[in-house]
Amino acid sequence: MIGYIDKIREVALKLLNEEKVDMVIGYRQGSLPMMTEPCFVKRPEDVETLIWDSNCRINLAAYLMDRKEKIGIIAKGCDSRNIINHLVENKIKREQLVIIGAPCKGMIDNKAIALQFGQDIDEYQETEDQITVKGGGTEKTFQKVDVLQENCAICNHRNPVVYDELAGDLVEEQTDIDRYEDIRKIEAMDIDEKWNFFEDMLSTCIRCYACRNACPLCYCPTCFVDESKPQWVGKSNDPNDTRTFHFLRAFHCAGRCTDCGACERACPMDIPVRLFTKKLGKDCLDLYGWEAGLDPEQRPPLDTFKPDDPNVGMK
Amino acid sequence: MKVIQIDTNQWTEGLAKLEGSYRMFGPAETEGKYPEFKELEKGDVPNLNVSNTHLSAKSVVYPQSEVMFEYTLDEAKEDHHQLREIEKDYSPRAVFGIRPCDAAANLIIQRNFDSKEYRDPYWVDAFESCVFIGHACENPGATCFCTSVGFGPFNEDGLDLLLVESDNGGFLAKVITDKGAVLAKSAGWETETDAAALEPLKEAAEAKIRSKVNTDQLAKQDAKDLFDAPIWEDIGFACLNCGTCTYSCPTCWCFDIQDEVKDKSGIRMRNWDSCMYPLFTLEGSGHNPRPEKHHRIRQRFMHKLKYYVDKYQAGVQCVGCGRCVRLCPVNIDIRTVCEKMNSYKPA
Repeated sequence: MIGYIDKIREVALKLLNEEKVDMVIGYRQGSLPMMTEPCFVKRPEDVETLIWDSNCRINLAAYLMDRKEKIGIIAKGCDSRNIINHLVENKIKREQLVIIGAPCKGMIDNKAIALQFGQDIDEYQETEDQITVKGGGTEKTFQKVDVLQENCAICNHRNPVVYDELAGDLVEEQTDIDRYEDIRKIEAMDIDEKWNFFEDMLSTCIRCYACRNACPLCYCPTCFVDESKPQWVGKSNDPNDTRTFHFLRAFHCAGRCTDCGACERACPMDIPVRLFTKKLGKDCLDLYGWEAGLDPEQRPPLDTFKPDDPNVGMK
Repeated sequence: MKVIQIDTNQWTEGLAKLEGSYRMFGPAETEGKYPEFKELEKGDVPNLNVSNTHLSAKSVVYPQSEVMFEYTLDEAKEDHHQLREIEKDYSPRAVFGIRPCDAAANLIIQRNFDSKEYRDPYWVDAFESCVFIGHACENPGATCFCTSVGFGPFNEDGLDLLLVESDNGGFLAKVITDKGAVLAKSAGWETETDAAALEPLKEAAEAKIRSKVNTDQLAKQDAKDLFDAPIWEDIGFACLNCGTCTYSCPTCWCFDIQDEVKDKSGIRMRNWDSCMYPLFTLEGSGHNPRPEKHHRIRQRFMHKLKYYVDKYQAGVQCVGCGRCVRLCPVNIDIRTVCEKMNSYKPA
């Protein structure tokens, strides 16, 4: 996977030189080890700033909404599924895009690595299977599979679903994974346990809305929490309002969420907000056999009616 | 001012003594959560093993949400539709373990909330009720750049006492103000020691700060040139417009006022607000003077690194704590932006 960058730069250069696109959206090296920064490249001489490694976490589909230019975009499996969402929801047109698919073996959890390393990390290196970090005179090597982000470890769509170019060979999809172990545990809780679990989980939320803003699905011109006529939700950190925000946001993502993990990566407080969206993803799979972002020709289940839909809401 | 020696027993006993006369605040760690500043329960001690709290200590004086007034809309009541002040507790607070960066940040916020023209009563009264017992940083982190912005790991601005860890598990405490002296006396910390012991520790700590940023040209730059510089679209592209940088910043002071009414009783409160949000500048007409995200990110950096510099002539509105650097989900780094602004040359 780390070898993709040559191909990515080659394709980006060609697209810009031939004026097939106005810009290429990708990642550049961040100022901190294990961080990248989403960026755009408009001039052929700048393609060298593009990079690719196991820290390209942010979902680039979030940078496409309502853009008018012709765009080349790097897409992992999850990014490509969110691009499909955008196509279905008319947020971008397919003919505007040249999708550079990046078959993905998962992004690493930089926060977990930092925690395990226990001190400031000054240097970072990766090979196909290993991650090495250095700092404070010591170094530690991790097997990449042991430090994947949780959503990447259970990902079943690593290959881009839609693409025009490929940055590397397609990878084998994971088939023997249990995507919903954590959700089943919560489902098994009684009402009080669930209440306490979620209260504790949300207790540190600072209502910064990083989860919402990182999410490629959250593109409402005015989010319901920002409405003032009527004002649906209070603006303080009252637990009622915090709860309302998280629950409603999750419901808005039902049948659309690709479990790309952008929300959790952006959360400054490390709140596992995917637990909400995953539960709804699981319900969509169980009830409608639906996984989001796989087919640009199909609308999501909560947006359509079929006579044989299960009547779970009609008890 | 004098330096006193506090051994571990004196430390514990002193904290117990202070509980009677101060509300106690300090870093507290809950399992599975990041350490944050909290008001401590009776018997709890501040956790001084944390490198720094995840969010800043500004919430001790300036909580994220604060109710200012209450009122009733019930016309059967005599004082209906009149704002009543909420009673506040401004009894003395002892704030333990605040790092020098966060303490210095309070003095930056003070310039805004306690000026000749305006006095914000909630902030000023809360601030004045505090005794700040700082905790010197003998091991600053990789993203700490306090020495570049006029402060340092042993900086005393905004502190009443400065604790430095000593070899025997206790502390050396430098008494900086009379408030600090009173607190130390109440705690029974009175063993004077040689002040010269602190200087080499301070120098060693400063030498450990590896992150540097240049700010020397900011005051000389033309504000309009920087505003119009063709750097903002590139800097702002990755920005998600989450408010993480502003909420975690010890020097960001903006707030929004909200009324919340339930049935016929209402409260008027203020909540932290963020220049990263489109709503921050949305006008009643529907016009938004900062409609695009690069306008908003420009405002944040221009405010901290140019407007504040020009208005107060007291350096930048940043204490180099590095929180925004660490917490930004897309790695927008104030140090990089500062260098770009500092070295900018108009075409």
